[in-house]
Amino acid sequence: MDKFVIEDLTVQYSDGAESLRQISMAIPANSITVLFGPAGGGKSTLLRTLNRLNDLADVVRISGKVRLFAADGSSVEVLDRRTDVIALRRRVAMVFARPIVLPLSIYQNLSYALEMAGERRKPVLDQAVERSLRKAALWEEVKDRLQDPAAALSGGQQQRLCLARSLALEPEVILLDEPTSGLDPISTNKVEESLQELKQNYTIILVPHSIQQAARTADQAAFFLQGDLIEYRPGKEIFLNPQDRRTKDYIEGRFG
Amino acid sequence: MTREMLDRKIRQLHDEILVLDSLVEQAALDAIQALKRQDLEAAQKIYHNDRVINARRFELENDCMITIATQQPIMATDLRQVASILEVVGELERMGDYAKGIARICLRIGKQPHIKPIVDLPRMAEIAVGMLHRAVAAFVSLDVNEAQAIPQDDDQVDELYQRIYRELIHIIRENPETIDQANLLMWAAHNLERMADRVTNICERTIYVATGQMKEIDVTDDEDLSQ
Repeated sequence: MDKFVIEDLTVQYSDGAESLRQISMAIPANSITVLFGPAGGGKSTLLRTLNRLNDLADVVRISGKVRLFAADGSSVEVLDRRTDVIALRRRVAMVFARPIVLPLSIYQNLSYALEMAGERRKPVLDQAVERSLRKAALWEEVKDRLQDPAAALSGGQQQRLCLARSLALEPEVILLDEPTSGLDPISTNKVEESLQELKQNYTIILVPHSIQQAARTADQAAFFLQGDLIEYRPGKEIFLNPQDRRTKDYIEGRFG
Repeated sequence: MTREMLDRKIRQLHDEILVLDSLVEQAALDAIQALKRQDLEAAQKIYHNDRVINARRFELENDCMITIATQQPIMATDLRQVASILEVVGELERMGDYAKGIARICLRIGKQPHIKPIVDLPRMAEIAVGMLHRAVAAFVSLDVNEAQAIPQDDDQVDELYQRIYRELIHIIRENPETIDQANLLMWAAHNLERMADRVTNICERTIYVATGQMKEIDVTDDEDLSQ
């Protein structure tokens, strides 16, 4: 089943540069879709378009269609100005490159959004906190110190806390923009492993921090170059036998 | 590195090797049985089934390549492991060819009466296949002791090979008209002898994966003139 269907998406920034040019692609549910390519290719722009974070950026023109599908087959038009952005972002969560923890306890970092959304019942919050920490493979490490400040966690733990925080609201899609770029190999490993678990129940769209990570994690991978989608195929095909010369050159390290 | 995914991949590759190995073992045993019973239909089947073995070999090789491309086993045991799987897969495929060769010999002899009872050949096949079975098991479980022990059995195979050789030469001397069939039976024996030799290569790979040491296992000189 497709989670997102993108048709002819073009995004232009105010400096005149086209960040994305007529992108069309379908992103399947319950799998990891990787967007990779050299800097300035449009990967992050696409990611930020999917939950309308570009609303806050200096975008002058955006055209095309982005539809988000629910399990029952119904869909919303993401780019439509009438679409409820808050509701959209609850369904499509984002984890950034640098972990941004709230200056609160570990527990409050996770319960905060739910409380904002009106949830006050302690058992419900407790449950949500534990569930999301488990999913992000962090529970065992922090279960005895939930009241400690989140800022005291290591970088890797903070990033998994951010992942857990996005999971607390039970989204359908998780967008990750180089989530392990500042992490050591062990923490990177843990994040990648939790993604493999999470894809059973969520749709994951990842901008990896390296081509190796792209190859390791991708169920399908899309190669972006200067705003164009060059090639989009199953990971095991694109990294072993890329069809486009530019994809091949990039994967083999000839540019980028 | 997603350790878990790489481990899962290697386990999968091991499973595929075990399947390929069982096909090869079966083909070798069946080929010798067909030869013994002059079952041309069975021989025909074995001859064609080699395609299945070859196709599986390519599939497995492709899976190894995908594993290298996506899971990057670029260091230490991981790298040796995947590189050795490629090697072992090649050995198994060649052994499949030996079985196919024996099936072809069976077809060539057809229904003409055997110039000697086929007794030592099945015994040879039994030992060689037994060695192969243990060697592949040792490879997937990284059992170094077992890998070092298995090549000793090659002596028995060589001994049988020598016996068959001498017997066939004797038969040819007595009756030169037997030379065609004697030559074919010699080839069948030779194929089994080579099969056992290749088992040693698998054992060497096991030791290499486990220890990083690449060394040849010395077995008694079998006077193999083809080398």
